[in-house]
Amino acid sequence: MTMRAAPRGWKAAATHGVLIALVVVLAFPVFYALVVSTLTFQQAYVYPPRLVPGTELWPNVVEAWNRVHMGRLFWVTTIISVATAVVKIVLSLMAAYAYTHFRFRGRALLFPMTMVTQMLPLPVRILPTYELMADFHWINTYSALMFPFFASTTGILLFRQFFLTVPRDLPDAARIDGAGPIRYFLDVLVPISRTNIAALFVIEFIYMWSEYLWPLIVTNTEDMRVVQIGIKMLIATDQISPAWNVIMAGTIVAMLPPLVVLMAFRRSFAEGIAMQAQQ
Amino acid sequence: MAKVIEEEKFPGHPLLPYVLILPSVAVIVLFLVVPFLQSVQESFFASTAFGTNTVFVGLRNYERLFSSPAFRASAFATLLFAAFVMGVGLAVSLAVAQLLNQKIRGQGFYQIALIWTYALSPNVAGAIWALMFAPATGIVPFVVSWLTGGHLLNWMTNGSLALLVVSAAATWKMLGYNIVFFLAGLQNIPEELLDAARVDGAGPWRTFRDITFPMLSPTTTFLLFVNMIYAFFQVFGLIDIMTHGGPGDATNILIYKLYRDAFLYLDTGAASAESCVIFIVISLAALVQLTFATRRAVYAR
Repeated sequence: MTMRAAPRGWKAAATHGVLIALVVVLAFPVFYALVVSTLTFQQAYVYPPRLVPGTELWPNVVEAWNRVHMGRLFWVTTIISVATAVVKIVLSLMAAYAYTHFRFRGRALLFPMTMVTQMLPLPVRILPTYELMADFHWINTYSALMFPFFASTTGILLFRQFFLTVPRDLPDAARIDGAGPIRYFLDVLVPISRTNIAALFVIEFIYMWSEYLWPLIVTNTEDMRVVQIGIKMLIATDQISPAWNVIMAGTIVAMLPPLVVLMAFRRSFAEGIAMQAQQ
Repeated sequence: MAKVIEEEKFPGHPLLPYVLILPSVAVIVLFLVVPFLQSVQESFFASTAFGTNTVFVGLRNYERLFSSPAFRASAFATLLFAAFVMGVGLAVSLAVAQLLNQKIRGQGFYQIALIWTYALSPNVAGAIWALMFAPATGIVPFVVSWLTGGHLLNWMTNGSLALLVVSAAATWKMLGYNIVFFLAGLQNIPEELLDAARVDGAGPWRTFRDITFPMLSPTTTFLLFVNMIYAFFQVFGLIDIMTHGGPGDATNILIYKLYRDAFLYLDTGAASAESCVIFIVISLAALVQLTFATRRAVYAR
């Protein structure tokens, strides 16, 4: 870690001033959303706009929750976000282990191929992938929501980067102790990767929780909708004078799970970013 | 820069590496490579009037695309939008990261207080910014009208304003992530290099231009790529919630046009051609990123 010399006196105060101003500006939209979510419908339409919280937060949350069947949306979205994150972590760990610890025919070709993944985001293959889901009879299933996301360039790169920093004596010692490659992988490599695992979990959980376009395409029944579609449904229900208080209550609730995940693993996430920045 | 391990750690397991990479490769081939190749193929075909049959039309879909005013408007809007998100977003982030990269108290607090918007989805950002800019009742039109003595800000009728508002909303969401990433990159720059520059009498601006910025280029190119993917695709929900591509075609960026061509207007030929155009743009960007990433390897030696 390198940092410039500590500023003193007014200079430090000025730096803090700028940074705090930035933090406040960045937080303002969500603060405002939070205020509106506590108001009645009429209060949300007073002019000038009101910045003092009201007392209607709970009724608004209940209203939003019931209006779009948020319970079901949370269930589906939690399942696909956790499952996809876990599968991506497992597959990336395995692939990174193969690429860093073994020499095998085709490695020189396969490694770049897994990297090409990041050049093939959903939009460049959206119609055929949808047709594939239809051919599999996967429309309105968890499989359709998850499978096309299971490959993770980010994950493979992150674990590969980390595995390359592991001292070479470690696998040698394990081998001398009589451990095979799978034992070494499960008992040594995976446990010492936990920071990166947590970081990748944050990234992939948030990614999947935020996914909107793909669920919109491969689901059309109410029981397979995701949270992001719920936000859209809240807004779309009344176009002329939107019930901003209810919409914001639903929006605030919808943003909580990824925020909680980020906060719970914030240290690992920051370390993961530091690791990515070294690549 | 770590070097590639060239030695076998566990000899005598010839099949194991293949078993380990099989799931990843299977997913990539089945859900990425094959559908992409089909996209390329479909871009040379058009479906007949009732969608019962397809005929080979060569480059006709591309000709149709490039001569269509709607596509040109969409490409133009995408460029402006991406330029704003990448340009303004990264410039501001780098400036803030520089400010944070000092021995000041509360580093941990600032990192958390800045990065949390990363956890918000584009839909959430879109909903909140739609509220803030709601014509007549939102807080921003109110402040603008109060400051200018009655000027009415209505992004639902003003195309340029709409594009500016969705760009700002998209940039806002990514700002914290970019700052924290830049900060990590800055902290990787060896202190001795900066000291040496200072001893040689270089001012802060020269130090930044000749040392910090070049040393940071892998981080910058990585962030450029991430933000480009974000601006091109991940903002779909933000557009869908805030503007539906309107007013007119002002915010009808490529991903939104692609979605509507493919799934509302069922114009498979045009949609596939759009997919391929998008692929070419991303490939070029990825090539640039790769070039810079390899150049870093030379620095590191």
